[in-house]
Amino acid sequence: MSALLSVDGISKRFRGLVAVDRLAFDVPEGGIYAVIGPNGAGKTTLFNMIAGVYAPDGGAITFAGKRIDGLTPDRICRRGIGRTFQIVRPFPALTVEDNVIVGALLHRRHVRDARARAHEVLRKLDLYDKREQRASSLTLPERKRLEVARALATEPKLLLLDEVMAGLRPTETDRMVAILRTLNAETGLTILLIEHVMRAVMALASQILVLHHGAPIAQGRPADVVRDPAVIHSYLGAEEV
Amino acid sequence: MIARLTDGLSGRALALLALLFAAALVAPLFAGDYLLTVLILIFYFAYTGQAWNIMMGFCGQLSLGHALYVGLGAYTAAGLFVHYGIGPWLGLLVAAPLAGLAGAFVGYLAFRFRVGGVYFAILTIAVAEFARVGFDHLAWVNGSSGLFLPVKRYSGNDLWLLRGQPVMFYYILLAATVAALIGCRALLTSRIGYFWLAIREDEEAARAAGIDTFRYKMLAVVISAAMTSFAGVIYAFYYNNLFPEQVFHISRSIEIILGPFVGGVGTLFGPILGAAVLTGLAETLTSTLAAIGVDIPGAKQVFYGVCLLAVIVGAPEGIWPWLAQRLGLKGRGS
Repeated sequence: MSALLSVDGISKRFRGLVAVDRLAFDVPEGGIYAVIGPNGAGKTTLFNMIAGVYAPDGGAITFAGKRIDGLTPDRICRRGIGRTFQIVRPFPALTVEDNVIVGALLHRRHVRDARARAHEVLRKLDLYDKREQRASSLTLPERKRLEVARALATEPKLLLLDEVMAGLRPTETDRMVAILRTLNAETGLTILLIEHVMRAVMALASQILVLHHGAPIAQGRPADVVRDPAVIHSYLGAEEV
Repeated sequence: MIARLTDGLSGRALALLALLFAAALVAPLFAGDYLLTVLILIFYFAYTGQAWNIMMGFCGQLSLGHALYVGLGAYTAAGLFVHYGIGPWLGLLVAAPLAGLAGAFVGYLAFRFRVGGVYFAILTIAVAEFARVGFDHLAWVNGSSGLFLPVKRYSGNDLWLLRGQPVMFYYILLAATVAALIGCRALLTSRIGYFWLAIREDEEAARAAGIDTFRYKMLAVVISAAMTSFAGVIYAFYYNNLFPEQVFHISRSIEIILGPFVGGVGTLFGPILGAAVLTGLAETLTSTLAAIGVDIPGAKQVFYGVCLLAVIVGAPEGIWPWLAQRLGLKGRGS
């Protein structure tokens, strides 16, 4: 498998704090790649650099063979990277359907076509029956799925998920895991997720990267990573997985 | 095209619109001189409110300086007419792009340098104030002593030169309001409209969904400004006199936004309803006070304030969403 996303030695400093330190990894095309690590490990900073919120201070990010570091978030989305927000940001006064239509209009001129695409996506995310509700009336699990739906409607090659399981009950987590697995299996969508919920990470990821103080301390298959003494020491602690 | 415009509107809504339009068409036959001037004012504010609503209601950019675009429209058309005898419709061809350009200037300054929210609103006031002071000293339009259009008693109506009786202005503003309503609905139900609403709701999320927010915000400002300038052209030829102190004054900008605020920001029918309610009630108040021989300066302004308060407390989304629900009309693009 070739790398769809290649992060090559990127760094980001906030004043004196080095949030991400010369980090490098490859996300293979068609894979589900998870980044885990304790709070303050630099996960969200990494995420924001890939999504274009910050430009890295050094290093390169290459997506589908082209440099994307330093591009604006909208350009990065148009290149084929969809994202969700850790704290969900649906368009509250719009209906569920209209939220997704906005995403679908990125590559479509006509609202009619975008609506058809939105319906398709809403069915996949179990939101079709709620399509006429205002986004603000949804429950948190539904809003999380709406975030995924809106990102998915832009037809990304890579989907960035920022703690999409956070705040979900175990049954909701399993539902989200099932949805993401199906998406990955059916469409070959590559997924990069930042996640705290180990239950979801273990069920989804084909590869895990563990960050600590902005640098990787382990990388590899989930089963190997969770047995790594360094990982247990800095992140998992005594927790049974 | 026609199908798309009425798409999503219930038969009931269409019937009500048709009824209202018919009533507006025949109104001058029954209205006296005074009532006609009130109706003219209503449609003037309905139209300008609709134009302002594109920026704020659709795209979430608060302009408190729309008098700038009215003034540019008014002064451009009047100046060209007074100096070169160029008619207002040709003048509009200059005025609208000029106002659009002024909008682009404000938008570029703000959006390029990330001036948002309250600061953006203040910038719009500032530019309008610059224009007011600037026009006060602009010899081409007689500065602060005012620009006057030649007036005589007109027997007929010259639609081309906009010289004629109030009823002509009434129909022009009615047509403009209807055109603005249709145009705004077309915009709102199009790709651009969806992107505007996304930006209004959450700009960062909109950008993450691939929307070039700078471009679409600029588009909203330019369209809104150019549209507003038309009202300025009509203003100039209706009142026949222009003073920078009046035309560009911030109270003119505030008057423009009161209608949509009362009717419902971001709705299509709200600006029209708001203008009708506010202007209608305010004029009723003024004439009632005059009839009973009470003279209270500023009564109208106080009344506007009371109306705003009532709406903010009773129906914060405006009276149109509230009324639409009671009339059994709802849905996007109403």
